Amino acid sequence: MNQKTNNKKAVSYNKWGYIFLIPFVVVYVVFQLIPLFTTIYNSFFEHYRSGLTQIGPNFVGFDNYKALLSQGDLLIYFKNTMIMWIMGFVPQIIVSLLLGAWFSDPQLRLKFTNFFKTVIYLPNLIMASAFAMLFFTLFSDSGPMNSILINLGILDQPFKFLSNTWSTRTLIAMMNFLMWFGNTTILLMAGMLGIDTALFEAAEVDGATSTQIFYKITLPLLRPILIYVMITSLIGGLQMFDVPQILTNGSGDPMRSTMTLIMYLNKHLFSKNYGMAGALSVLLFIVTGVLSMIIFKFTKSEND
Amino acid sequence: MKKKMISAVLTAAMLAGMTVGSVLPVSAEAAEEGKVLNIYCWNEEFKSRITDHYPGYEEVDATHGKIGDVDVVWNITPSDDNAYQNNLDEKLLAQADAAADDKIDLFLIEADYALKYVDTEYTMNVADLGITADDLAQQFGYTQDVVTDSNGVLKGVSWQGCPGLLIYNREIAKEVFGSDDPAEVQKAVADWDTFKATAATMKEKGYFMTSTTNDAYRVFSNNVTSKWVDGTTINVDANIKSWVDMSKEMVDAGQTNTYDLWSDDWSKGFYPDGKVFCYFGPAWFYDFSMAGDTEGSIANQGGWATTEGPQGFFWGGTWLCGAAGTDNASLVKDIMLQMTCNADVMTEIAKADGDFVNNKGAMEALSTDESFGDAILGGQNPIGKFLAGIDSIDLSNLSNYDQGCNEEFQAAMKNYFDGNATYEEALEQFYTAVIEKYPELTKPEA
Repeated sequence: MNQKTNNKKAVSYNKWGYIFLIPFVVVYVVFQLIPLFTTIYNSFFEHYRSGLTQIGPNFVGFDNYKALLSQGDLLIYFKNTMIMWIMGFVPQIIVSLLLGAWFSDPQLRLKFTNFFKTVIYLPNLIMASAFAMLFFTLFSDSGPMNSILINLGILDQPFKFLSNTWSTRTLIAMMNFLMWFGNTTILLMAGMLGIDTALFEAAEVDGATSTQIFYKITLPLLRPILIYVMITSLIGGLQMFDVPQILTNGSGDPMRSTMTLIMYLNKHLFSKNYGMAGALSVLLFIVTGVLSMIIFKFTKSEND
Repeated sequence: MKKKMISAVLTAAMLAGMTVGSVLPVSAEAAEEGKVLNIYCWNEEFKSRITDHYPGYEEVDATHGKIGDVDVVWNITPSDDNAYQNNLDEKLLAQADAAADDKIDLFLIEADYALKYVDTEYTMNVADLGITADDLAQQFGYTQDVVTDSNGVLKGVSWQGCPGLLIYNREIAKEVFGSDDPAEVQKAVADWDTFKATAATMKEKGYFMTSTTNDAYRVFSNNVTSKWVDGTTINVDANIKSWVDMSKEMVDAGQTNTYDLWSDDWSKGFYPDGKVFCYFGPAWFYDFSMAGDTEGSIANQGGWATTEGPQGFFWGGTWLCGAAGTDNASLVKDIMLQMTCNADVMTEIAKADGDFVNNKGAMEALSTDESFGDAILGGQNPIGKFLAGIDSIDLSNLSNYDQGCNEEFQAAMKNYFDGNATYEEALEQFYTAVIEKYPELTKPEA
């Protein structure tokens, strides 16, 4: 008898779990799941607007995919995106590991660590578009950077930062680096602080140098966090948009060498081209999924 | 029996429907007009013209006004990132289903995308509003060409003309030519060959001929002999190609730059340190955009003057269009008549706001008015020169795709001028960008 009432109570508590889940599920279905499927659905149609004339939707099968893949531009934009991501991510992970190791090392007895943690995180609080506007002004042909370089005698005449492929890419990578290294540092630091200090002490007793400790203890134990950082950064990198969009005024100049995949997607919005934009989104979805799987598999198999 | 009854009832209903159907339009016309006038525009300009000059307009607050017992609602969406057109498109497409008070009555458009709206049934025929050819007789021809659809029907009106002139720096003209008299300066910029030769002279003296290659773009693009799109094939006119060739030569020789219009670098030339000899623009350009209110600018010191330059062109302008389905047709008609056809109102606008108004009589009177000089131009009265250039503007080659093509062409060619691409590569990028915007277009066969 007693047993039975207990059971009933457990079931009725269960119900609340589902009720509390409803808001999330509703929001997820309306804003994520349905758009996901309509995107895939739309990608099979010719569906855009020319002026005030609506064209389509006409079913065209895989024509949109064929058009995207046969143009070859997609590969260029993918390459641009990856180049700029790697240019930003490599310094970001190095600096973050270094800062994380310093901040989490009790032997260094660093002062004001909380202050510095806040300061390095601050760039992330600025809107990416505002940040890009700032860099656009700083590095314009008659901007402050050129004035400084000319006054110091380093340059004879203004260097056109935004008319040169590699300087533009570097600026974009630098902005992404500045915006995200604080965030990464804090994530890695959290991972490092989670490592059992007994391991470090044992290593020290055995006479390991701090370099050895870092490579043999910290890095291997940090792997789960590193995987997480890499995958989130990769997904964020593939979706790179606001910084190059604002910096180059949407053109991806010079010669579209800084045009990212999402900027290309955005180009299709002018004509409300749901078909092409849908196909591009689906391809991007697949690429992101595959790349994430590769990173995941790669790092996990080493672990085993 | 029952069947007969039903068929009788149905027939009666059908007949009733037909009579009501045929009666409705008449009764709608006789009925009172709507109490809300919705105006769609992208800035405050037209609103301030109405507030200052339309008889009987009372301002209520920033976005509302009153004409008699009709509420005027201003729906202002800035043009940035195409926001104005995106909003207008959605509203026009939903116009048929909108409640009477929510329907667009009057909307404003610019020349660059005029045909996109004019060449559809969403825009009302001006004659259907009851405006006659006599009413419009004093308007400049080109302002009507812009808003004439492919069947030759006029669909809009404007209170402004925006013919452009070459605006030059008096100080530099004095130093280089020994005179800042417009007639003297005109000799040095009379056609594109002398323009280029003068650019070389300017470079020797340490000046830029123009601030950017894009300054002269409109002068070329207004004088094309073919449309941007032929059928569905993109077409680059020979005159546009001449602009490319001239620009490349000038950039390579250091006589001009590749800045974007409206960028900080571009507007350096508004100040003496910018060392820019000339800009191209209409009246609103030097009156409102050349930093005339800023201490130390050339405009502030009255240091500019105008001359015809190599070719006539226009830049900007705002047209009023009646939206099909409006429930305030007679008010829309009256606004159009008062603001664009009434010579007294137009002279008032010209004097109060510095607009080059769309009325031949009013402008001709002002061109000989000794007291009408522009402080920014050091007291010069430029209207005679504007009038001289306005007749040469030929807009028979406008197309629905002009805005996208013009923007993308200049953007793509910047790569060529900067040395990041060959002309062919830049052209290829232009085709790509235009087809992204207008997926139905194709690039020409090689």
